[in-house]
Amino acid sequence: MVTPDAPMSLLLELTHRCPLQCPYCSNPLKLERAGDELSTAQWISVLDQAAALGILQVHFSGGEPMARADLPELVAHAAKLGLYSNLITSAVLLNGRTLPVLADAGLDHVQISFQDAEAEGADRIGNHAGGHAKKLAAAQLVRDTGLALTLNFVVHRHNIANVGKMIAMGEAFGAGRIEIANVQYYGWGLLNRAALLPTRAELDTCIDAVFAARERLRGKMLIDYVVPDYYATEPKGCMSGWAQRFINISPAGRALPCHAAETLPGFVWPNVREESLADIWYRSEPFARYRGTAWMPEPCRSCDRREIDWGGCRCQAFALTGDAGRTDPACHLSPDHAIMAEAAKEAHAPAPEFFYRRIGANIGVPA
Amino acid sequence: MSDSAEALRVPAFRRGVKFRFDTARDAWLVLAPERLFVPDEPAVEVLKLVDGVRTLAAITDDLCARFDAPADVIMPDVVALLDDLADKGVVTW
Repeated sequence: MVTPDAPMSLLLELTHRCPLQCPYCSNPLKLERAGDELSTAQWISVLDQAAALGILQVHFSGGEPMARADLPELVAHAAKLGLYSNLITSAVLLNGRTLPVLADAGLDHVQISFQDAEAEGADRIGNHAGGHAKKLAAAQLVRDTGLALTLNFVVHRHNIANVGKMIAMGEAFGAGRIEIANVQYYGWGLLNRAALLPTRAELDTCIDAVFAARERLRGKMLIDYVVPDYYATEPKGCMSGWAQRFINISPAGRALPCHAAETLPGFVWPNVREESLADIWYRSEPFARYRGTAWMPEPCRSCDRREIDWGGCRCQAFALTGDAGRTDPACHLSPDHAIMAEAAKEAHAPAPEFFYRRIGANIGVPA
Repeated sequence: MSDSAEALRVPAFRRGVKFRFDTARDAWLVLAPERLFVPDEPAVEVLKLVDGVRTLAAITDDLCARFDAPADVIMPDVVALLDDLADKGVVTW
């Protein structure tokens, strides 16, 4: 068994409650309810253990993390421990009353998700009337407060043509960084794939715009771009490798090597209510299962990219092949690679309605 | 020492960037939004002098004195390093 380095980064899904209902939400289909969430004291203990383990950055996420009234207390505790703190928020609850409290608590960085560059489409995707206007006001407030700001745009067939406008929004706000991230097709995203996946031509236009803007804005604004695996030839180095740098904690305290890992069957995930973070990281079986390279099948095992992409994404391998231990089908060397091209045909058909992300949603899983 | 406009440029950390020593890893680190860098030794020596006040000339003078090297050797290296850190979103200058 490989003994890993100390983890770098911790993502806390403080809650799955959220005012928005984006159909590509990274949360699992089975959302956790408020009554199952960890208490303030339990989250504080997780932060203490994380700092002791050597974790450097903590991401307060959700759902909408601002739905938790104790968020300022948790941010202040992270700051006291010297952890770099990042708020990943929809920003519809971020205003002149709530932001100063978080800034005073020592928050380092705010990442605001936008659903589009224009209000009409954005509010339809989030299924939240007036949301876009609130986000614009919140982004300005973050800038005025002097905090580092990232604008995040998840792109798909309904908004990918607006990527130039998204970049212009980042410039207009003086954001230090923007993220143009294609939908990742697990969980809600996979359920809505036929409604979201862009065509190859739409994607190519987007990539051209991103790369041109990167060159133009060099040294002024960082543009991070996340590819859609369906048009890739090589898989992404998902999470920099399974349980190599990153720990995700679900609202109910389950520790995961990535936010989508609960889609995988055959795991009993360790819970911070019962086990220490150190035991989970260094000694738990689920964190060790796909760590390193020993688990790999061919063509990964002998591939010279095996420590670059780490075999790609386990959740994608499972979602598309039924076996989490196979090579990610995004790889052109995968025996399952044809699945991607087959699925991409969906992008040329009319987009079906969204299955919006809701707690307790009665989801009819498409065949 | 050059007194060109470039020598008077003042590098500063960008918003949200923290440069600190990590006792657990026994290393200097740069923490930034969704970024984490372990700067090499020359970068650490330069970053220790970045405070939003010191000019490129002042940083170069300091390094010249400590490392016993002439400014016309040190300054181009410092410029290249700061340009690289600017591209990575660590400093503005």
